[in-house]
Amino acid sequence: MARPTSALSAGELTARQTIVRRYWLLCLPALVLLVVAASGPLLIVLAYSFLEPADYSGVIWNLSGEGWFKVILNKDIFDDTVSLADAHMTIFWRSARLSILTTLLTLIVGFPTAYFIATRPKTHRQYWLFLITIPFWTNLLIRTYAIMEVIRNEGILNSSLMALGVIGEPLQILYTDTAVLIGMVYVYLPLMVLPLYAAMERLDFRLVEAGYDLYATRFQVLRRVIIPLVKPGIIAGSILVFIPSLGAYVTPRVLGGGKNMMIGNLIELQFGEGRNWPLGAALSIGLLVAVMAALVFYVRNEQAER
Amino acid sequence: MAEPTPSRRKTGRPFSVRHIPGFTAIAAACFVMLYAPIVTLVTYSFNGGESIALWEGFSLRWYVSAWANDAVQEATVRSLVVAVLASGIATTLATMAALGTTRTGPFPGRMVIYALINQPLMVPEIVTAVALLIFFAMIKIATGYTGLAYLVVAHAAFCVPFAYLPIRARLEGMDLSYETAAADLYATPWQTFRYVTLPLMTPGIAAGAMLAFVISLDDVVITEFVKSAGQDTLPTYMLGQLRRMVTPEVNAISTALLGLTVLLLTAFFALTRKRG
Repeated sequence: MARPTSALSAGELTARQTIVRRYWLLCLPALVLLVVAASGPLLIVLAYSFLEPADYSGVIWNLSGEGWFKVILNKDIFDDTVSLADAHMTIFWRSARLSILTTLLTLIVGFPTAYFIATRPKTHRQYWLFLITIPFWTNLLIRTYAIMEVIRNEGILNSSLMALGVIGEPLQILYTDTAVLIGMVYVYLPLMVLPLYAAMERLDFRLVEAGYDLYATRFQVLRRVIIPLVKPGIIAGSILVFIPSLGAYVTPRVLGGGKNMMIGNLIELQFGEGRNWPLGAALSIGLLVAVMAALVFYVRNEQAER
Repeated sequence: MAEPTPSRRKTGRPFSVRHIPGFTAIAAACFVMLYAPIVTLVTYSFNGGESIALWEGFSLRWYVSAWANDAVQEATVRSLVVAVLASGIATTLATMAALGTTRTGPFPGRMVIYALINQPLMVPEIVTAVALLIFFAMIKIATGYTGLAYLVVAHAAFCVPFAYLPIRARLEGMDLSYETAAADLYATPWQTFRYVTLPLMTPGIAAGAMLAFVISLDDVVITEFVKSAGQDTLPTYMLGQLRRMVTPEVNAISTALLGLTVLLLTAFFALTRKRG
């Protein structure tokens, strides 16, 4: 589609500049909307993270590093001793741990599933794929609610385990970290399967066959041939699952029951009952930086693969 | 493509290079895991009893009671109004942006445009939600306006990339020669757009509009933070309900939303698959 610019005369170049201006104008309304209601407000959050909290809510326009200070440290109100903010550390650790576990579990389940779909006859693949896509587009809250119904004390998981005599009384899964983990694996699984499938669809099975011809076992072929070839898909899927897991809000709120907070819930708390907007703003920027770091890692990796 | 090679082992099935033991079982488990909760949820929306765990016969009573619930009705109307307006705005702007980014070669600043358009896909929703809460709180104090426009603007913004991507894909797959031919036949740029480009890109626009609509309809986090008091949409109403005793009414609402999503998605796939 691109026309070679080098072959253009001076007159054509100015004409091209007019055209480029016209293209910019076409994009302008979308860009204005996004700057006003997406990118711009992020700068306000950054500014707020350096202000003082007001008593009720909002901020006092005084420069202060307290918001950032409180992210990791606590100052005792009586003797001013500084200590690590244990409650926050617990939440950060939970967020990191659950996000990593979610990524690993979705990979363990998603990899064979994507492989299964990619090895179906070509005409069938789109139907299998559609089955993955429907949950992907289904309301996150509905899916979280659906999993809540399954794991609650009277839910089908507990009642079938009890009917089978495996357990004597219902397992308390709901409102634990395990519940949040199950929920996140459930809601983010399609995000792992789709990029893995995209990578496996392009897999050249002649290479797999060559591996077997050279007396490789199934496991060796998987480890030495298939996994290296679909590595870009593995990384893409992991990033796509890890990023929303780290910033998860709905799933831990519904399945964690208020106690088992993740960073997203901690941020909300500061804008609600916590009434510390600068701290909430600092936490938001921190989360944003963590996510951006993961994205940069992904883009670097993608470029290295090419 | 590789066909199964003849059996190397003396017993068992013929050796297949594609087969990996256990993978099919895990895949089957994965599909069951994905659908069992949804199927359970839908099933219990038809439960005759109060319980979401005990089956007491088929009934539509929860659909009737959800339909008769004023709060649900209001939230439904609000969800639809916001989704229609937001996806309309997002699709219009995304169509213009897609035309601006695909009908020419690379031009300076194109990467900035891409980054801005895709920004809602990269920033965690909770961060955008907090940012909008702060920003709109300032405007609310300054102007005193607390209407639905905040929700519409917020939704329109995060819907833009979802509308933009299918439209851009459609435009990139289109042959420029039709437009060149129209221009050669003395069509004005507007005529070329109106009679050549627009009809050709319509399936992409429809697909983009549908995704934007679904995304807006499903949003919980940003809506929860941006809405003024008494401005519940269907998802935020449900989120509020989940804190209390849940009745199968929530299942009925979920099932209705689910049905709408599946319907729109099927249409989306029909629209985008035509080109093969």
